[in-house]
Amino acid sequence: MVCCNYNAKFAAPAPLLGNLMSEELKELGAQVELKCPKAVSGYEITPQGELLVQVKLAHIADVVEVLKKGVVFRFSTLVDITAVDYPARADRFEVVYHFLSMYTNLRIRLKVHVAEDGMVPSITAVHPSANWFEREVFDMYGVLFSDHPDLRRILTDYGFRGYPLRKDFPTTGYTELRYDEVEKRVVYEPVNLVQEYRQFDFMSPWEGAEYILPGDDKAEAK
Amino acid sequence: MGVATSPNTAGVDKEVVTSALNSQLQDKGFLLTSTEDIINWARTGSLHWMTFGLACCAVEMMHAAMPRYDIERFGIAPRASPRQSDLMIVAGTLTNKMAPALRKVYDQMPEPRYVISMGSCANGGGYYHYSYSVVRGCDRVVPVDVYVPGCPPSAEALLYGLLQLQRKIRRTGTIVR
Repeated sequence: MVCCNYNAKFAAPAPLLGNLMSEELKELGAQVELKCPKAVSGYEITPQGELLVQVKLAHIADVVEVLKKGVVFRFSTLVDITAVDYPARADRFEVVYHFLSMYTNLRIRLKVHVAEDGMVPSITAVHPSANWFEREVFDMYGVLFSDHPDLRRILTDYGFRGYPLRKDFPTTGYTELRYDEVEKRVVYEPVNLVQEYRQFDFMSPWEGAEYILPGDDKAEAK
Repeated sequence: MGVATSPNTAGVDKEVVTSALNSQLQDKGFLLTSTEDIINWARTGSLHWMTFGLACCAVEMMHAAMPRYDIERFGIAPRASPRQSDLMIVAGTLTNKMAPALRKVYDQMPEPRYVISMGSCANGGGYYHYSYSVVRGCDRVVPVDVYVPGCPPSAEALLYGLLQLQRKIRRTGTIVR
């Protein structure tokens, strides 16, 4: 008998659905490993319930092609390419790919590790939309992509120096600009902050912060 | 015939200017003023602005032009070409990459030209003050007449800034800036 009990209808199936989802993703991960045994170095379901596949650097383009063309996968949509900087690691950067299958309604995340002087094979041949994503990763992290048709900066200023999203890049950068009345053009100069950089400690004065608020010391003096 | 003892609430006589002008017209048939006054009066009444919308402030700038505040009733109208505009409203975050383009557009505007810096980002970098890619205030690139604070300033605040600019033009009272 069909019942309209709210709890039974909406609350109960949620964890069940979660389990089903992760089972499906686990199976998908196993299939990816099976199809590309040499390329995949491991897969896991993250605590958030997402499939993460670690791929060897040299084989990333092949794996992406299998994921796109493979009948069981059909990951036709490239959602995003980004990178993470881990300065302490030998392979400093982690390039992250997100794909969505519009056919199976599943998502997958690929990760490759690359050293500072290493090259990541470009996937523009498989996904033309990767062109600008890879340019952005190059712009922000300085990660090079081999066989990219047009690898140049995409967002930062013309003649920009450094890679802004690297951990060792100063937040305020190296140069700032102003219009020079004598030269009649915009000139670049080393950064000179008029106002000091602010440090926030994120402590709330309502929750017993341990510092003395400006002005409180005067109250003590009386 | 009583004597009024309550405070005088009559205010200024709004008709006094009109009646003075009318009597002058009826007496001589024309009005006399100085060249500076008439030229500046014309300038305040036709501030065509160069739309330099860079971020969310641009949306508020559009609101100011829409029927609710309708700044066209002050003769202030959007103009897409720098060569036909008198005023530039820098509405939004000015990035390093955009700065030379902003200056180029400003240089293309004919004299006399005015600049309104709209919003925190244009005033002094605002939220992005310490960023590697943002100009810390558009007054580093172009001379600014009026700063409108806010993040973003409401359409009303921009309207107030525009009226302040009109007042500035009227009070400066010279032909050459």
